[in-house]
Amino acid sequence: MPQSPFIDIKNLSVGYTSRSGKTIPVLRDVNLSITRGDSIGLVGESGSGKSTLALAAMGYFKRGLHVISGQVQFDGIDMLNIERNALQRLRGGRLALIPQNSGQSLTPNLRIGQQITEALRLHSDLPATSFDAGVIDLLSQVRLPDPVGLTDRYPHELSGGQQQRVAIAMALASNPEALLLDEPTTGLDVTTQAHIMELLRDLAKDRNLAMLYVSHDLGAIARVCNKVMVMYAGETVLTGSAKQVLLSPRHPYAHGLLASIPRLNETSLPQALDGRPPMPSETIMGCAFADRCKLADRTCYSSSPPLNHLETGEAVRCFHHDQIGQLNQKTEKSARSNPVAADKDTALSLANLAVSYSRPRLLSKLFALQDTPPSTVDRITIDIKKGETLGLVGESGSGKSTILKTIAGMVPAQSGNIILNQTEPLDTMVEKRPAAYLRQVQIIFQNPDDSLNPRHTVAQILAQPLRLYYGLSGTPLRDRSIAILEQVRLGEHYLERLPSQLSGGEKQRVAIARAFAADPEIILCDEVTSALDVSVQAAVLDLLDVLKRQDGTTYIFVSHDLAVVKAISDRVAVLYQGRICEIGPVAAVYSAPFHPYTDALLGAVLEPDPDVAPRLKADDAVELSPPNLGCPFQRRCPRKLGSICETNIPTAQEIAPGHIIHCHISQVDL
Amino acid sequence: MLIRRVLLGGVTVCIVSLIIFAGVEMLPGDACTQFLGEYQADEELLAQCRKDLDLNRPAIDRFAEWTQGAITGDLGLAADGTTKISTIVGDRLKNSLLLAFCAMAVGIPLALLLGVVSGLWRDRLPDIIASTLAIFAMTIPEFVSATLLILVLSVWLGWLPGIVLTSAAAPASEFFPEILLPVIVLSFVMCAHIMRMVRSSVIDVMASDYVQMATLKGVPYWQMVFRHALPNALLPAINVVALTIAWLLGGVVVIEVVFNYPGLGRLMIDSISDRNLPVVQSIALIVASVYVCVNLAADLLTMIANPKLRTMYMRK
Repeated sequence: MPQSPFIDIKNLSVGYTSRSGKTIPVLRDVNLSITRGDSIGLVGESGSGKSTLALAAMGYFKRGLHVISGQVQFDGIDMLNIERNALQRLRGGRLALIPQNSGQSLTPNLRIGQQITEALRLHSDLPATSFDAGVIDLLSQVRLPDPVGLTDRYPHELSGGQQQRVAIAMALASNPEALLLDEPTTGLDVTTQAHIMELLRDLAKDRNLAMLYVSHDLGAIARVCNKVMVMYAGETVLTGSAKQVLLSPRHPYAHGLLASIPRLNETSLPQALDGRPPMPSETIMGCAFADRCKLADRTCYSSSPPLNHLETGEAVRCFHHDQIGQLNQKTEKSARSNPVAADKDTALSLANLAVSYSRPRLLSKLFALQDTPPSTVDRITIDIKKGETLGLVGESGSGKSTILKTIAGMVPAQSGNIILNQTEPLDTMVEKRPAAYLRQVQIIFQNPDDSLNPRHTVAQILAQPLRLYYGLSGTPLRDRSIAILEQVRLGEHYLERLPSQLSGGEKQRVAIARAFAADPEIILCDEVTSALDVSVQAAVLDLLDVLKRQDGTTYIFVSHDLAVVKAISDRVAVLYQGRICEIGPVAAVYSAPFHPYTDALLGAVLEPDPDVAPRLKADDAVELSPPNLGCPFQRRCPRKLGSICETNIPTAQEIAPGHIIHCHISQVDL
Repeated sequence: MLIRRVLLGGVTVCIVSLIIFAGVEMLPGDACTQFLGEYQADEELLAQCRKDLDLNRPAIDRFAEWTQGAITGDLGLAADGTTKISTIVGDRLKNSLLLAFCAMAVGIPLALLLGVVSGLWRDRLPDIIASTLAIFAMTIPEFVSATLLILVLSVWLGWLPGIVLTSAAAPASEFFPEILLPVIVLSFVMCAHIMRMVRSSVIDVMASDYVQMATLKGVPYWQMVFRHALPNALLPAINVVALTIAWLLGGVVVIEVVFNYPGLGRLMIDSISDRNLPVVQSIALIVASVYVCVNLAADLLTMIANPKLRTMYMRK
């Protein structure tokens, strides 16, 4: 007998009322049921309504949203018409949430212990005297080190991974029967994410939980979910088992989404999914995805497809779900640009670069006290050839962004040299660099919302470099701006728009256009795709690659995402605590022999494939500063040899031409 | 850190006192030309007077002496050469403190309450009423609202005395009930600023992820408001309250004039028109010190109340 659903959402439509008084739906007629022991992944781009649906399961709607029609039941209880006190007893009790971005979801003025005690007080049968023991027990269950000391800490004193674990501990306080997870690992390092996913898997199994896991990260979904539901523009477009959806998706959107994810085992660029989802306020006549669909025909634009239940158990909202096979033929993988020839000139040399954020204090200066901590970044020596793309990977705190900022002149170097075009040393202060050098080095930042002035139109944004470096004005300025916009596949009509009128991907294109407007030799890319949806990310990566082929630009590409770096780079440097662990051609770094850290990083990557399990080699401890002596990775290294790792800086071993590993372990054993 | 802030405050007061002294020195004329009035053409008298008042010594010397006195509480003599400034200013300072204290006692709790209420009931009736009143209070000039209140409460209804007739030197208790009308006007005005600030801060915090999380964790509404929302929402209010207090102690000239209240602000205006420069200097110095002290206290309080700042200095 099939189990009765535990969480049951029926025909739910949710919307908000626009200024003109119209009701704008953000969820349209969605059905979702979860039984105990089930874990369902909810996938979709930002704005697809997936978070709204997850919160609706708790009877919660963000300010402004209201239920248009439908039902939400939890174990037979009507969550939409329940008395307030009873609802609050359920929330965090039998039905708990692990939020997105725990750093902001923990109350800043309450200690960790107080916040977990509150959950125990509200939802557990424990007597007040055993709350403290209960808190410590919960903190050790989520494998946090030093749980006793942690109870007295405030949220801001913990690292992102620790905050996330505290949030999990808090959710477990009530011994819940169902767990809702709203992007719980977004923004965490790969190793941390992999460890938390394993923890969640174990919890779900041990406690027979009903789990709803919202994420745009298909790798994470593949790891913890047995079923997947794909949402698009507020509608369910595909449901099925994790294997069905992730390995052979029957909906063109899911197909495109999966193709747009860069994978470790591929060398080509991921396939971009063009276009953008419709805004909630747009009236959709036919299929919401028709504009972006390669299979769309006239029917798709005139009538909206129903959700077809297939014999295989999937449900698909598409007229052409039997033609998905054609998509594989229609999509030719975009070929990557060829690696640069070795005899090309050097565009930029970093010679023994070191950066330190600690300023010696006045007192220690006066008394010549030797308490200077080790430099944040040290011993960085890299030559980058013209037209080459150098990827820098590492976890947060690995110094990758610091290196970029130092090259850009925003953070002064402690020692070492930055040499442009073999002969021109760059001053470490950007103010002292002549305009000609400034023009040659441009930077693109992670978040276009922060890097584009919200009050400047696209025309004004592009005019800045063109005026500054080329003295353009009037018609030539406008013509050049349009030409650049067309290069980044935006048209003339974007000139008068403000950043707020653009989508995330369009904003990042404008930021790229601004960098290219200077016609630079070198472009520094600082996590340029991290704030974007995967489908948009693929398009931006493709654009960067095309522009490079046209202009022969050199990129230094920083990212925490190993697959993205692999897709775009010619050469990769793996950094830990501001020191290079391994550097070499992309194919060599991503295959054995590995530096132990590279191995740990690659093993932790979650592939969007339910059959692939991560290999967790090193723990995910957060180190705040590099060790004083020896190898930077000594404290976490699973293959540490002994005291030599603590005292001696590892020598560079050249495994193959250009492939260098900094490790004491001999070449044959690596 | 704390020591640095206190030292910095001291330096600020010193610089301000120097500027005040220099500014007064640079004005055309001095105490003697003012004191002698029409007789100042008489060179002999002028010279004699300057000798008597010790005005012939270099400015630096006199500044040193003045600061020395100010630190020990002796502000010297007024321009007439006989009255001690500390006596005149002391009475007025006491009166200003009394007025400020009463206005704070009424205004601050009321402002916090209204701010929280209108933040929680955003865009609903309580908020609309409170916010509309606040906008009135901020836009209508103080002398208009003061005059209106005198007209209504004193002239028409006869409930409260319209102006203050008690002499400056009288003890605090004699200022009641005359002080009530100025207190009402002042708390009305200060209330508006603080309330608007608290309201927007409450709205921000209520929309924050951690308040949403507290709700979804099952915390009952009022417990969530008092434990999770308000401690964070009221932090930014500390600085606005501090600025308002400083303003109350030094800048309520208009109110004092309208109600004939013998406070520091009115003494300052009177002294300026009398060219009683030593008194002007002293008041300016007092007001500057009050600003520095109140802001220092506010920063300290913020540091203690904000765990982020507190742990930054304690756990280092």
